[in-house]
Amino acid sequence: MAEAEENNKTLNELADKEYKYGFYTDIELDTAPKGLSEDIIRFISAKKNEPDFMLEFRLKAYRHWLTLKEPEWAHVNYQKIDYQDVIYYAAPKKQPKYESIDEVDPELLETFAKLGIPLDEQKVLAGVAVDAVIDSVSVKTTFQSTLAEKGIIFCSFSEAVQNHPELIKEYMGSVVPYTDNYFAALNSAVFTDGSFCYIPKGVRCPLELSTYFRINAANTGQFERTLIVAEEGSYVSYMEGCTAPIRDENQLHAAIVEIISHKDAEVKYSTVQNWWPGNKDGKGGVYNFVTKRGICKGENSKISWTQVETGSAVTWKYPSVVLMGDNSSGEFYSVAVTNNYQQADTGTKMIHLGKNTKSTIISKGISAGFSNNSYRGLVKTTKNAINARNFSQCDSLLLGDKCGAHTFPYIEVGNKSSIVEHEATTSKISEDQLFYCLQRGIDMGSAIGLIVNGYAKDVLSKLPMEFAVEAQKLLSISLEGSVG
Amino acid sequence: MKELLIDLYNKNSELINNGSPLFVKELREKALEVFKQNGLPNTKTENWRQSDIQSRLEHEFAFNFVNQSKSLDVVDIFTCDVYDLDTFSVTMLNGWFVYQNAPITQLPDGTIIGSLSKAMEVYPEIIEKYLGKAADINKTGVTALNTAFMQDGLFVHVPDNVEVEKPIQIINIVDLKENTFLQPRHLIVVGKNSKLTVVHCDHSLVHNISFSNTVAEIFLEENSKYEHYKVQNMGKNSSLLTNLFIKQKEGSSLVTNALTLNGAFTKNYVDVGINGKNCNSELYGLYLVDSAQHVDNQVFVDHAEAESTSNQLYKGILDDESRAVFSGKVMVRKDSQKTQAYQNNKNILLTDDAKVFTQPHLEIYADDVKCSHGATVGQLDPNAMFYLHSRGLCEKTARQLLMYAFASEVVNAISIPALKESIDNMVQKRLRGELSICDQCLLHCNDRESPVFDIDLNKI
Amino acid sequence: MLKIKDLNVSINGKQILKNFNIEVNKGEVHAIMGPNGSGKSTLAAVIAGRDIFTVDSGEILYNGKDLLDMPPDLRAREGVFLGFQYPVEIPGVSMVNFMRTAINEKRKHFGLEPLTGAEFLKLMEEKKKVVDIQAKLTNRSVNEGFSGGEKKKNEIFQMAMLEPKLAILDETDSGLDIDALKVVANGVNALKKPDNATVVITHYQRLLDYIVPDFVHVLYEGRIVKSGTKELALELEEKGYEWIKNEVK
Repeated sequence: MAEAEENNKTLNELADKEYKYGFYTDIELDTAPKGLSEDIIRFISAKKNEPDFMLEFRLKAYRHWLTLKEPEWAHVNYQKIDYQDVIYYAAPKKQPKYESIDEVDPELLETFAKLGIPLDEQKVLAGVAVDAVIDSVSVKTTFQSTLAEKGIIFCSFSEAVQNHPELIKEYMGSVVPYTDNYFAALNSAVFTDGSFCYIPKGVRCPLELSTYFRINAANTGQFERTLIVAEEGSYVSYMEGCTAPIRDENQLHAAIVEIISHKDAEVKYSTVQNWWPGNKDGKGGVYNFVTKRGICKGENSKISWTQVETGSAVTWKYPSVVLMGDNSSGEFYSVAVTNNYQQADTGTKMIHLGKNTKSTIISKGISAGFSNNSYRGLVKTTKNAINARNFSQCDSLLLGDKCGAHTFPYIEVGNKSSIVEHEATTSKISEDQLFYCLQRGIDMGSAIGLIVNGYAKDVLSKLPMEFAVEAQKLLSISLEGSVG
Repeated sequence: MKELLIDLYNKNSELINNGSPLFVKELREKALEVFKQNGLPNTKTENWRQSDIQSRLEHEFAFNFVNQSKSLDVVDIFTCDVYDLDTFSVTMLNGWFVYQNAPITQLPDGTIIGSLSKAMEVYPEIIEKYLGKAADINKTGVTALNTAFMQDGLFVHVPDNVEVEKPIQIINIVDLKENTFLQPRHLIVVGKNSKLTVVHCDHSLVHNISFSNTVAEIFLEENSKYEHYKVQNMGKNSSLLTNLFIKQKEGSSLVTNALTLNGAFTKNYVDVGINGKNCNSELYGLYLVDSAQHVDNQVFVDHAEAESTSNQLYKGILDDESRAVFSGKVMVRKDSQKTQAYQNNKNILLTDDAKVFTQPHLEIYADDVKCSHGATVGQLDPNAMFYLHSRGLCEKTARQLLMYAFASEVVNAISIPALKESIDNMVQKRLRGELSICDQCLLHCNDRESPVFDIDLNKI
Repeated sequence: MLKIKDLNVSINGKQILKNFNIEVNKGEVHAIMGPNGSGKSTLAAVIAGRDIFTVDSGEILYNGKDLLDMPPDLRAREGVFLGFQYPVEIPGVSMVNFMRTAINEKRKHFGLEPLTGAEFLKLMEEKKKVVDIQAKLTNRSVNEGFSGGEKKKNEIFQMAMLEPKLAILDETDSGLDIDALKVVANGVNALKKPDNATVVITHYQRLLDYIVPDFVHVLYEGRIVKSGTKELALELEEKGYEWIKNEVK
């Protein structure tokens, strides 16, 4: 079985892939002491000059968090986190927010340039506005003025707290309350920054909005919070990207994303998650424990999640949609790739409350190396969700015989007119497809890359253009390694 | 309840262990220790979230640690004569094996059929080899509980190279004035190249509250063939837990089919350990529930060896405010290459008050496998309904016909013609709301009906 | 160009090719005919390097190199092309992406710069004409949703793109109507050059009306039992395979 051997060799090579975002930028930092306490929370709140309601929210969340136990139900294993050994606040020491590109620390500019995220509006890809968040603080938001002309607010969360406290007060925690889960409570207590986005009634956002998250400092948790509000009849497409430097120790990332979609509004949220996954022996890497949820509040509203997950040592993430408005719809498109010792437990929840609500789930899991990749998803229709429809397709692809691929759907149907369908398959790459590629002179690594990209195409095609190319490359890099 | 049960054991341990070999006593006490640790499952226990047994146990129950029904003539209390169903029939009354002639019969081909309690005395070496080896007491609290209290049940041992022609039919009857708590324990061994079919009927003659927690251990030796049919037609006050543990060796083939037609609370657990290559396991289930009935089918198929195939098909129709739970799990362990595993659960809800929970789970650690699963919850196909209307069928008949067609996929998997026909009749009756516990006997189908559904379903 | 000596091939212990010999020179067209199960497709697959078969003994020399030493992708880059009897569908992988990768891997092998997007598209438009492909291939996945005829045309199109030295066409005529058969045959003829060779594997003579072979071999029970010129094919058509079977006895 020469081909099988070749296959294994290629798979091993894939395991030695390189992580090209693993560098570290030496910038001066303003940090809080390690550990978590009410004092630290007061410190963060004071640093950010927050109004009282924010501090109260944080403290309530913290006190609730103290009563909770870290969840263990996910199909992941990791060393328990010592929450007193994490730094909860780290910000570049120089002026935290820059009015013009000339003021930005050149080191930082270079960092983002290396990541392929130019912050100079002249150089930026046309049609994309970027909010760059490093460690805990938003350093630069581009195209703010262009957006402001349409009444769109796109700024860091901290700025929003200062400038639009009424919106924050109304919406923060309305979709993911701090009581939701362990990591949501933690985030609510200590989050430092994130992005805020508000699209007024009837406005179609002319640009792709994008937040770029980066963990840089050592021993630092990243706790950002994104809030997107789409008023009646509005539309926005939002993208999120993430990387972190290579470090031996694990880094904690516990974020919250909340989306509110009002009547006839549509929000598309795309993520390319490429946090440092740890080295090939499973050392280091980011713990990515994220709560993402949107609510389709009004009639005919729509929320669509698309994610390409290639990074993190451990991922625990279920971007969900609560379908409250009649005729609203939710979508979840996901490609999750795990390699080496990565573990991903990801999926979605579609909660149907309104009439004629519709949801679609397409999940493609790809496992290689010694990794474990689980889809976990809940589809629930309540008694009042008359004529609710769901279709789920969850496929898993296994590359090699040391990895695992798991599918854990949960379906609850509470009325007679709902139709819920779930299908899933698990397979390895077809020998016939591989041989066909080889016979055309394509080497094993490229052949796997091609086939995997083809396999994930249904999801990749949902990404905005600017992201799709990056995601495709990332997918090939994640699996192709040294090849090509 | 947990303390009560532990206390009950301690008080009655002499009665329970009376006449048992030492290893059985040791097994019971080990199980009791595990039960002390784990207790009964509650609504926070994985796979029990939707099935609350605690509330089913909030009654005073009577326990029978001594066999009081030995000498009864079964025919006096119950006759089961499925038309043309020629079985070797045995009866369990209130948890105890009913002797007809002798507690244990040996057929000319060497097959041993009889009371487990008696077999413990007569065949201790066989019992010791198998008892407790499939039913892992650490797996669920109810298995530990059954093991601690096990006394009697069906024992079958088929030697190598024997094809038992007649199916063995075991009828569990509950007939007591008090609320009854039963824990039957069955042990079935099918030797190499042998073949056996068991029809397992649960039946209550009274409307009293009963709680039955059955454990059956089934061992399939190399290249054996085994079929297990479970027919459940219990009263509105009965709670029925059935835990089937099957160990399959190389080349063996298994069919199980759980037909739940009545019963206030039913949970069927099927645990299949595939420990050899080229095994085949077909697991079926059909549940037709109404009023406040609750049925839960939990399946665990463990592909611990390569090159085997498993297939699960569970279908259900839910009326009124009934509940159905399906939690299926397929585990394909590392190096279990060339496994093929399929899992399917389909449900139809007839009202907005019925509710279904389905969780078909796959956990796979080998790459050269073909695994798929599917779950659907929906209505009867509106196109098919329209087609039938257009052929002049009224709403009610059309619905019944389509429901019948939906159910027949499982019924058709029954390989015993007489049983298939009577189940088929029962399904039809059930779909018309006619079958209930008040029928003299669920298998009492001498009065065969003329077929009501004379449309060729293949043409729909 | 291709020299197969005493080749013995088996699958799961069952012998399929028995002391098989053939020699194919530059510029030649060989036809291999034989009844079902005679080992025709096995021969094609083994030359291309399919690993489900075991080569028990013998050698395959290709331009003096030992082909059995090379992995399948290297064989392809060196100019061995297999037209599949059942072309494989690869969902989600566009024809453009697929062919561009294949061509550029081959170019890299010979130390050439990869083709730019524009150059590639130009080449593709040109080669599509060889087999009369109208469809836009840019957004179609490899063989997915192709009819039987389209799949076979697509094989010849890929052959045109990759310009192999040795093309082995495994039952390229099966499942084709007469119009498609002509298109495919014309494509193959148009690609014929003095320095390349073609092996056509077929069950029926009719393809050979359009692709005229220099030599015809009859394969039966794993070995060539009769060789001749194109007249042999006609004789075979007339007398049927029973004739061969009887002769062998």
